[in-house]
Amino acid sequence: MRTFRLGGIHPPENKITAGSAIRELPVPEQVSIPIYQHIGAPPKIIVERGQEVLVGQPLANSEGFISSNIHSSVSGKILKIDNITDISGYKRTAVVIRVDGDNWVETIDRSDKLVKKIESESQEIVQTVLQMGIVGLGGATFPTHVKLSIPRGKEADYLIVNGAECEPYLTSDHILMLEKTDEILTGIIIMMKALKVEKTVIGIENNKTDAISRLKEHARNFEGIEVQGLKVKYPQGGEKQLIKAVINREVPSGGLPIDVGAVVFNVGTMFAVYEAVQKNKPLIDRIVTITGKELADPGNYRVRLGTPISTLIEAAGGLPENTGKVINGGPMMGKALNSLDVPVIKGTSGVTLLPREEASRKEIQNCIRCTKCITVCPMGLEPYLLMSMGEKEMFERMELEKTMDCIECGSCSYICPSNRPLLDYIRLGKVEVNKIRRARKN
Amino acid sequence: MNPTIAYTIISLSATGIAAAIILYIIAQRFRVFEDPRIDEVEDALPSANCGGCGYAGCRNFAEACVKADSLSGLFCPPGGNETMGEVASILGMEATEQDPQVAVVRCSGSYACRPRTNNYDGAASCAVASSLYAGDTGCQFGCLSHGDCVRVCDFDAIHMNPETGLPEVTDENCTACNACVVACPKDIIELRKRNKRDRKIFVSCINEDKGGIAKKSCSVACIGCGKCEKVCPHDAITIENFLAYIDPVKCKLCRKCAPECPTDAILEIGFPPRKPKPEEVVKVEAGEKPGMESGTEKPVEKPAEKTETAESKADKDKPKNQEESN
Repeated sequence: MRTFRLGGIHPPENKITAGSAIRELPVPEQVSIPIYQHIGAPPKIIVERGQEVLVGQPLANSEGFISSNIHSSVSGKILKIDNITDISGYKRTAVVIRVDGDNWVETIDRSDKLVKKIESESQEIVQTVLQMGIVGLGGATFPTHVKLSIPRGKEADYLIVNGAECEPYLTSDHILMLEKTDEILTGIIIMMKALKVEKTVIGIENNKTDAISRLKEHARNFEGIEVQGLKVKYPQGGEKQLIKAVINREVPSGGLPIDVGAVVFNVGTMFAVYEAVQKNKPLIDRIVTITGKELADPGNYRVRLGTPISTLIEAAGGLPENTGKVINGGPMMGKALNSLDVPVIKGTSGVTLLPREEASRKEIQNCIRCTKCITVCPMGLEPYLLMSMGEKEMFERMELEKTMDCIECGSCSYICPSNRPLLDYIRLGKVEVNKIRRARKN
Repeated sequence: MNPTIAYTIISLSATGIAAAIILYIIAQRFRVFEDPRIDEVEDALPSANCGGCGYAGCRNFAEACVKADSLSGLFCPPGGNETMGEVASILGMEATEQDPQVAVVRCSGSYACRPRTNNYDGAASCAVASSLYAGDTGCQFGCLSHGDCVRVCDFDAIHMNPETGLPEVTDENCTACNACVVACPKDIIELRKRNKRDRKIFVSCINEDKGGIAKKSCSVACIGCGKCEKVCPHDAITIENFLAYIDPVKCKLCRKCAPECPTDAILEIGFPPRKPKPEEVVKVEAGEKPGMESGTEKPVEKPAEKTETAESKADKDKPKNQEESN
């Protein structure tokens, strides 16, 4: 069975919501849409307080190349444009809209009918993707149009579609692959046209056999798409790990997938691209898995962006009594929330509720030099060393030790028998090394 | 004499002399000239190697002083003007005098005033915590209480108060070396002019949220109401981003601003106790001398009072149980 070469772990999968059909979450009474939902520059707001907006109407336009547009996910009146606490815990600018009805912008095709015929040309597709505010929906929220604009001198020969969903608990990509198979495949064809590549491989972990067989069956009707089952190993869904597993190429340290001729997109992004190009629909909602062992009714919901996470939890049966942590994302890479009023954004692939006994960290003990962290690191780093450097503030040295290659998968912290906060210090190192690099440039 | 012994002595002496000559030549050839004044300057410095001057250590600073054309921009905060005067006399240059400074913690959000909304259980380091999230209270500007400032202090001048969860500066020990200022990821600690008898008045808050939001998360937050700005006769107070700031140079310590503050965000430390009636303020100023000693001995009396009163207020607010870190 194919997989990546170095490291990896196998945490309990806990895919409670696997196969649970996508449900539409009712439009909430009020949404707050943060302006900053992606990696890159924050966009510029083009609406005013008191203005009436429709579903799909642009709220903010991208500023600079690496940026993205933001659209209204509801129709109603703009109550205020103010700083609200977002998923990071910091207060950032958001547009708060009081919902009134559900009136969509007329140009959006809201029917379920599959549109297979692609009329747009390569450049038009890139423009549409930019206009519709599409970003990577796997969690990193990198603007998709940037990945479509391949730098001069480089060439892509493979499009890799990420359906691995290696994160425990989360099932939003899985259900999307089962329910929107043809839409995803059409999205892939659109992207192949935009990128001018002929080969696509969809990588899916082997614990989703139904999705693999369904996609394989449907892919016969499309040209150039291959489906590849992959070994169940975390972090199989990491971009670099997926490339290694699927086409056996290794992205060099500090490099990008395009350096080895590959472009990687998430299946969720493919569906969003399909809707943007074929249905003229901007990115205003996404599939969110709301899950937790104690939750009464966990499931996969289609949620309008800006919906408070508390509304989502209510829909899933309310907050269980002994909730210890509410995590944005899955337990491995997700980040705990410090307020339930924060809105769902483009990068929210799931919300995981952990019971108190599982949520708390154990006492930190001394490093016993067992090297387990080195064995599991999928990037071949030495987490124990990086952590002690981080503690001693040796950030220049951390840069030499390739801290920036860390993909923050958390395998090291997971495996450590001494419960050391390895990733915390590596992340600190990454922040500091970035500062050093920026200072060097200026 | 036994010839063996004689030969031994002769051959050893010859080798010794030859080696000495070689070593002498090498020593002459590769001699590194070092300005003897570097040693002198280093002796005059406090040898704390705190890095407050911006150099790696005292030796490094001494080298920089000797190399420099003038002493402007070179200052040893722990040594102060006295040490710099000595250094200047060694080098025959003019020393630049600087006002002595002291570190000031600009956050009064104790456990009592600022209810915790979640519970952080990751690595006990402010740097790590702030790289993860905004903090375990509603205030994203406030102290994280993990004590990075305490760990970097070489002079035992800053300590964590376990009751308030805030660092406290011991003015006598503080050398204004800047280490804590650099260590604080929230930029809460500021170096301010050291006044007579360690008196100080400052806005003990850096919350830039709008008044309502700031007040909701912390009962002693500056809400940017502007009352202090209006009352200040020396134009020392400016309000920016809903936050007041008292310029330590312009401030004449008249104490007019502190009673105006509706949230008690302005702290006055080291002053004699205030008389309740406004007419008597003149008398207090005139009769400053009797209250003076007590002021120098116990400079932190005033804020302690404040925390007590606020404690009862905040007890009602029950922190929710959401936790941070993964």
